[in-house]
Amino acid sequence: MSQIAFPEADPSILARREAIVAGLAAILAPDCLIADLAGRRAFETDALTAYRRLPLAVALPRSSEEVARVMRFCRDAGVNIVPRGAGTSLSGGAIPQEDAIVLGLSKMSRILEINLADRYARVEAGVTNLAISEAVGPDGFFYAPDPSSQLACTIGGNIGMNSGGAHCLKYGVTTNNLLGARLVTLDGDILDLGGAALDAGGLDWLGLVCGSEGQLGIVTEATVRLLRAAEGARPVLFGFDRAEDASQCVAAIIGAGIIPVAMEYMDRLAIEICENYAHAGYPLDVEAMLIVEVEGGLEEMAEQLAKISAIAKAHGVRTIRESMSAMESAQIWKGRKSAFGATGRVADYICMDGTVPTGKLPEALRRTGEICASYGLRVANVFHAGDGNMHPLILYDVNDAEQRQKAEDAGMDVLRLCVELGGCLTGEHGVGIEKRDLMTTQFTQADLQQQMRVRAAFDPQWRLNPAKVFPLAGRTP
Amino acid sequence: MSAPEETAYAPADEGEAAEIVRAAHQRRAKLDIVGGGARGGLGRPREGRERLATRRLAGIVFHEPAEMTLRARAGTPLAAIEAALAPHGQMLPFEPIDHRALYGGAGEPTVGGLVATNASGPRRISAGAARDSLIGLRLVNGRGESVEAGGRVMKNVTGLDLVKLVCGAHGTLGLIAEATFKLLPRPEAEATVVIRRLEDERAIAAMTRALGSPFGVSGAAAIGSGMGREFPRVFLRLEGFADSVDYRAERLIALLADMGAKHALRGEESQRIWRAVRDVEFLAEPRERAIWRVSLPPSKGARFVAALGERALSHCYDWGGGLVWLASDPTVEAARAVRLALAPLGGHATLTRAPDALRARVDVFEPMPPALARLTRGVKASFDPDGLINAGRMYAGV
Repeated sequence: MSQIAFPEADPSILARREAIVAGLAAILAPDCLIADLAGRRAFETDALTAYRRLPLAVALPRSSEEVARVMRFCRDAGVNIVPRGAGTSLSGGAIPQEDAIVLGLSKMSRILEINLADRYARVEAGVTNLAISEAVGPDGFFYAPDPSSQLACTIGGNIGMNSGGAHCLKYGVTTNNLLGARLVTLDGDILDLGGAALDAGGLDWLGLVCGSEGQLGIVTEATVRLLRAAEGARPVLFGFDRAEDASQCVAAIIGAGIIPVAMEYMDRLAIEICENYAHAGYPLDVEAMLIVEVEGGLEEMAEQLAKISAIAKAHGVRTIRESMSAMESAQIWKGRKSAFGATGRVADYICMDGTVPTGKLPEALRRTGEICASYGLRVANVFHAGDGNMHPLILYDVNDAEQRQKAEDAGMDVLRLCVELGGCLTGEHGVGIEKRDLMTTQFTQADLQQQMRVRAAFDPQWRLNPAKVFPLAGRTP
Repeated sequence: MSAPEETAYAPADEGEAAEIVRAAHQRRAKLDIVGGGARGGLGRPREGRERLATRRLAGIVFHEPAEMTLRARAGTPLAAIEAALAPHGQMLPFEPIDHRALYGGAGEPTVGGLVATNASGPRRISAGAARDSLIGLRLVNGRGESVEAGGRVMKNVTGLDLVKLVCGAHGTLGLIAEATFKLLPRPEAEATVVIRRLEDERAIAAMTRALGSPFGVSGAAAIGSGMGREFPRVFLRLEGFADSVDYRAERLIALLADMGAKHALRGEESQRIWRAVRDVEFLAEPRERAIWRVSLPPSKGARFVAALGERALSHCYDWGGGLVWLASDPTVEAARAVRLALAPLGGHATLTRAPDALRARVDVFEPMPPALARLTRGVKASFDPDGLINAGRMYAGV
């Protein structure tokens, strides 16, 4: 496979760049528009750094009304729009194209309302994921989805990619925790979908918008569910000599009717990388490790852990380490959540995000290892075991063009494997540009055309994030 | 039923269903989907003359107990699903309402109807609605094409989430042929903390305190004894392993002692309460009354009911006050009053039970602003360009 293609830039748009910038300058305050080369460079890629494109300009509106004016202007001028939260997408969801503007939400980052009685927060879309939990944490509440990038990533981006996180095994992903959204359409209509109630009326617009990768409109505000935190939470480390034992242990825990808050899997290489970085006290002499977190009162946690430990012992667990303090728990999670960053210090990597039925995890792990070995590449596995969402990190050297190609090819083979095993291409990172051309392995043309017709009800001209999600060939209308 | 059943098709498989839709497409004939007939009173009255029945599209396609997933065809009775899950100690998480209590007992709830109506119940506050457990489906759209959406895995953001769009669309986007759910372990034990004699605002305050506690409340309802004019009783449910339930029940009772919490019901006694809450048994009689389902921010539930004054004939609260079930006279004036009372509070109301004539005259679902109505028509057309399937079931002309 060659490099991921972008649509051919429209030369008539490129030629009109100055007029387009002037049009945007009439809508936005000077500090809300970036048109100089150095400024635009900061927006040319996201966390899929192997690809970059320089946008025409960057618009940073301060309100839904300004977003609406930018949208109408772009629609009328025939300019493409690439929405951007914090630019942490691993699938290239926020990478621009030369004939597009970036519409960034960084100037819309206020928490508008916190209502603990009705258990919701209303925020602008540029608010970071973690800021919400930090704002309500002192009162014992939290916002459940917790992607590893939660310190930086925004709610707007989370909605675009339907982000998950380690704790979604029990609490669900973004779509299960979103009550309302303000959506600005390409026509400049400002729509309030849902609200502060648990159910929204009409068609499930929130469900449709969540995970639509900025292709239906720009989400400028969100109303999210707040949950009351349990009395306490405690992670436990289980070390195994064999990867199969660890994955079968996961299935056995679920089979026993226990849904822990989180169940994370790390293989030997991932453990080593994370331990070297975070000094979390991970066992270095095991092939696989599970972080299982339980929550509740002290006795409740002790009982649950006793049940889980018994299952782990039946599956040949070698080391069990219970966290004995809040600091230790934080260390354990810091190690896991820094997996991507820590790996990035060791080597360049691409992170796959395929999901398989949990019963297929042992096979998926084994064959992922075989695929990467066949390309002569190393792979570190760190993922959400409870829901089958794999995250193989395929290591390579970005300065070695041949190796980079091999890494991409291996990644695509792993995703094909996920689909073959009954799974899907992406569990929580989104399709972006990265998996776009593999969509036909998971969907038939009829499936994809139905999705594209729904898309067209919002954006018939393919103006919104058009390089993403759907294969460039065979697009309709 | 508004129209005589002139023609009825009962395809044996999805391919045959697609052929029937294609043929109807050629003739521009409108088709109305019928499942087990247990929820036929939901939505606007049927317009089509021809019926497409799911009864032969039945059976469980797979149940993977270790993966906690199940796929079944649309016509599969819910009872068959429950029977298959019971030996494995599993359940559908969302506790779907059985509408037969409200509609008078006819029919058999099926998978298709449950998905089409996003039927959920008291556990929605902790485990989500049907749409949250639905991870995949197969659909025959109005062009007679088979479309697959989602899959069989717990996490999936591959392409647009048509699964959620179709769930709760009342069949207007096509015939649901198969649905895949994620499951939960059936809790080992449950307990219901009961508080008697609190007026509405205090009842909601008690539920708010409980839902803001760390004890994992999985049901929070307030039911008036008799016809809702008396002080409600508040029910708060805890589920899980027996020891954990005991511990949390004790803590919850202590937390609400000042409001009158004293004891908890268990086992069958507790289960009976939640079946009645789920199925709105309290409002089923008298039969001629219109029944509204109103979703709004919990703290506004009592205000909404109070604003209706005498128009609110009886009511009860679920979801900690965020779901109001309300009985009114079956009149246009009462319908107008419900929408007026709700407008300043934010939320939406569905006319769940009323005679066909009234459901044809007033909005059954919350009316939409023009831009959203345009999108609704656009999305409908993207599945069903000639408006053949379940036409007008949600909105007139859509």
